[in-house]
Amino acid sequence: MARHNVTVTVNGEAHSREVDSRLLLVHLIRDELALTGTHIGCDTTHCGACTVLVDGVPTKSCTVLAVQADGADIGTVEGLADANGMSALQEGFMQEHGLQCGFCTPGMLMTGTALLAANANPSEAEIREAISGNLCRCTGYVNIVKAVEYAAAKMAGADAPADGEDN
Amino acid sequence: MIPPQFDYHAPGSLEEALALLGELDDAKVMSGGQSLLPMLKLRLATPANIVDIGRIPGLDSITESGGSLRIGALVTETALEENATVAERYPILLDTAKVIADPLVRNRATICGNVAHGDPANDHPATMLALRAQMVATGPKGERTIGVDDFFHGLFMTSLDPGEILTEIRIPAPGERSGGAYLKLERKVGDYAVAGVAVQLELDKNGKVTRAGIGLTNLGFAPIRASAAEKALTGATLLEQRGFKGAIARVRGIFSGGLDADEVIAAAAQAAADATDPVADRRGSVEYKRNMARVLTARAIRQALSRAGG
Repeated sequence: MARHNVTVTVNGEAHSREVDSRLLLVHLIRDELALTGTHIGCDTTHCGACTVLVDGVPTKSCTVLAVQADGADIGTVEGLADANGMSALQEGFMQEHGLQCGFCTPGMLMTGTALLAANANPSEAEIREAISGNLCRCTGYVNIVKAVEYAAAKMAGADAPADGEDN
Repeated sequence: MIPPQFDYHAPGSLEEALALLGELDDAKVMSGGQSLLPMLKLRLATPANIVDIGRIPGLDSITESGGSLRIGALVTETALEENATVAERYPILLDTAKVIADPLVRNRATICGNVAHGDPANDHPATMLALRAQMVATGPKGERTIGVDDFFHGLFMTSLDPGEILTEIRIPAPGERSGGAYLKLERKVGDYAVAGVAVQLELDKNGKVTRAGIGLTNLGFAPIRASAAEKALTGATLLEQRGFKGAIARVRGIFSGGLDADEVIAAAAQAAADATDPVADRRGSVEYKRNMARVLTARAIRQALSRAGG
């Protein structure tokens, strides 16, 4: 009785699975769908390594049941790059050295992606507030903030009509 | 950590949810799940059934009508933070939401869930005490309204019956000269409070306090109303009086045997500290927490006064 059919769209692709009531969204993503870019860190709603977008909203997927996400549109780190390469934010993390061990990075990228979608030009304070639920034990956050700023600047530049330097 | 076995139900209407609560054994209501799911993982809660009200339409609105702010069962902390009416007229609610957990948790966590959970470490209960909120519980026999003073009974214990759902919180609209503030001391972002204090004040046109509400977070086995502190403030004129007029007022005060604003605030803050019953834990000793209650109460009173136009 405690089994349920769940259909989720992950990075644009629909998946259906029969799952236990108690299956967490992060386990659906990692174990059932084999998308291991989403990490499990603390498993206690603190660290944010498991952050994914649920209908565009950054969410700690260790604290959501898979059945709660039935019908939702989920975004994970695997969906950020496209045929043209990395997203502006991913490029920012590379250019600004926004990671060392990389464990928190998928969560940081998803939170950062949602922030930039809602606020194209966030201040440093707004960036720090937005990522306050994502813990990084390597960088001290300075380069993560710079990475988000890099992406904001790049996206603003890409939108400018006079910009013709991109390939 | 894997939660224990349970069955999951996602009713599409309030009627269906109430029927499920009536027929299922050992059922627990879930809204955002940001407190319940961590408790399940730690086996602090092991319900046989979870009734997820998250898909019920019509429960996610914040409106100001009939002299009250009405917060529906599914209003998230993020929605509260982004609401213009709340920011303008209920800054104490914004203060409270902003210090709960972190923005990712607040994207799913609900105000009604925070209150219905009955955890004295949660932040909204103290604010609801200060605001003298009303809890609207919907059960098989319809709606009933519970005053906040009759709602909290102890650790995770509220007046809600097992078959009832907290469907709305009603907060009386603030008077013309009123203001409030919520202050929380926390060791790090997202932690429970070492101490938290909510203060809501209403003043008359001369600046006299006509009504004071003070609630305390994580300083006892239930959220605490600091009644003696409220009494100490009520009837006092606490406005900072500057210049010649202020000097005259102060001299008059001395001759009439009155206390000055600083003394009244200090007495109220001490009364709030005396109302606490904290336990020593990794967040501090009993003495430390009591003292922080005193310090935060004084600061919250001053901030509430300044927001009231004092």
